[in-house]
Amino acid sequence: MLIWSRKGRAALGLVAILLFALFFLLPLVAILMSSLSRQWNDVLPTGFTLSHFTNAFHGGSKDSLIASLTVAFGSSLFALLYGVWAALALRQYHFRIQKWLSMAFYLPSAIPSVSIGLGALVAFSQGPLQMNGTLWIVMITHFVLISAFTFSNISTGLMRVSGDIENVASSLGASPRYRLYHITLPLLLPWMVSALALSLSLSMGELGATMIIYPPGWITLPVAIFSLTDRGSIADGAALAIVQVAVTLFLMLSLERVAKRLVQR
Amino acid sequence: MPLFLPVEQSTRHLRPFLWLLMPLLVLAVLFFWPLSLIVQHALSDDSGHIGLGTFWQVIESRRFLGALINTLQIACFATIGCLLLGSLLSLILEFTPFPGSRIIGRVIDTFIAMPTFLITLAFTFIYGSAGLLNGTLMSLFDFDLPPVDFLYSMKGVILAEITVFTPLVMRPLMAALRQIDKSQLEAASILGATPLKVILQVLLPAALPALMAGGSLCLLLTTNEFGIVFFIGAKGVNTLPMMVYSKALLESDYSVACMIALINIALSLGLFTLYRLATSRIGTRN
Repeated sequence: MLIWSRKGRAALGLVAILLFALFFLLPLVAILMSSLSRQWNDVLPTGFTLSHFTNAFHGGSKDSLIASLTVAFGSSLFALLYGVWAALALRQYHFRIQKWLSMAFYLPSAIPSVSIGLGALVAFSQGPLQMNGTLWIVMITHFVLISAFTFSNISTGLMRVSGDIENVASSLGASPRYRLYHITLPLLLPWMVSALALSLSLSMGELGATMIIYPPGWITLPVAIFSLTDRGSIADGAALAIVQVAVTLFLMLSLERVAKRLVQR
Repeated sequence: MPLFLPVEQSTRHLRPFLWLLMPLLVLAVLFFWPLSLIVQHALSDDSGHIGLGTFWQVIESRRFLGALINTLQIACFATIGCLLLGSLLSLILEFTPFPGSRIIGRVIDTFIAMPTFLITLAFTFIYGSAGLLNGTLMSLFDFDLPPVDFLYSMKGVILAEITVFTPLVMRPLMAALRQIDKSQLEAASILGATPLKVILQVLLPAALPALMAGGSLCLLLTTNEFGIVFFIGAKGVNTLPMMVYSKALLESDYSVACMIALINIALSLGLFTLYRLATSRIGTRN
């Protein structure tokens, strides 16, 4: 459309393929190759092996996979409840007040993750809410980091849900509670599912804040990958990273498929 | 009847507030309270007095100034890189599609779900001292030392951030480009406009809000990026988040760590405001 000559279009296509290969494809291929080979001391890696992947499902690596999934699901479900609650409560206010109050819920996404981690360390390692060294401090930190994104997704969804259906339900005599459970929440469900998908992926990949507060018993995948590569087992780290990406993508894609089916219904 | 009305109205005003109190309370305890403790630690010295002592100590230290300049440099160069690469790829993928261009677009989009440090890990295999590129060059030209040595420097960080954050520029940009009426472009080129002129006078004005939104989001995320810098482990590249981490965990100097975190938060809040302004412009245009 922009370029009409055949040669020009072919040249541009080639440029795009080269840039894509250099910036995006090559890193993926490199990670995959290193995780599948015995050693990489020469130009290309040598010796095919699946041992790095079997390592990823044993011992400390398996524990960190379980830890990451526990933290991701715990914090995401809590964030979902909180996001739905906050968005529904805010909707009853005038548009102007809504705009200002919602800034408070967006604010955590404006704070660097390392600073959120530092804040949690300072606040929760002593005093009334002491939970240093427990799973809770990781969950809470992840919750704070993802809460703004969940809230944003849910309130966007709530804006698209037409008020007419709810008004009809009310005028037909539905109580507020009945209306919430049978009208509003089912209409909101697709956005809730996609908010869950996003927050799971954010929590699975979080490193900055977790590095500061992680307790010895709950080492998440990114932290485990870092300590593997730091110790020199880069191939094991690469395999674990692939496992992490695969699990995250699987969760996201299946939740997004659920969300799409809910919209069509 | 009139007797009941005031009561009914007052509960109507009170109830939304009670509902809102619950999430606000969660936010206050889990987010605002730790944030206020950071401010408190940053502004009080060892003996507990409130003052700007730590602030001047931090501002005058060479290491902090270096970290601040590094952070800003990395953020600016990485954002410019993301905008250039993202614009070029979006324009080609959208306006001169070729076999496979849709798959390329989808693969780039999945990078949004990937952890940032993954790319750094990959880069050590490609550009590291014993990696693919250096290995090839050394066996081809008989170098004694690895000839390509930029990974463990600021350039390596910038290159990794360009790869990680370009998809965030492309997503809104592709959406904006898709909405442009294609007949406008045809009309412009039939009337004799060169491709460059079409890009500058037709596409750029229409895509500007999306570019601003993507660019300001990049600026925010590159300023606060931790994983990439941490995984590269470059000794010379110290950024603000890196310094917060090392001051707090390695040196246990909490008041300085909190002061640097506070400065980082202030910078980040400024960039967040910029991002909100940019996205609200998209909202009014569509």
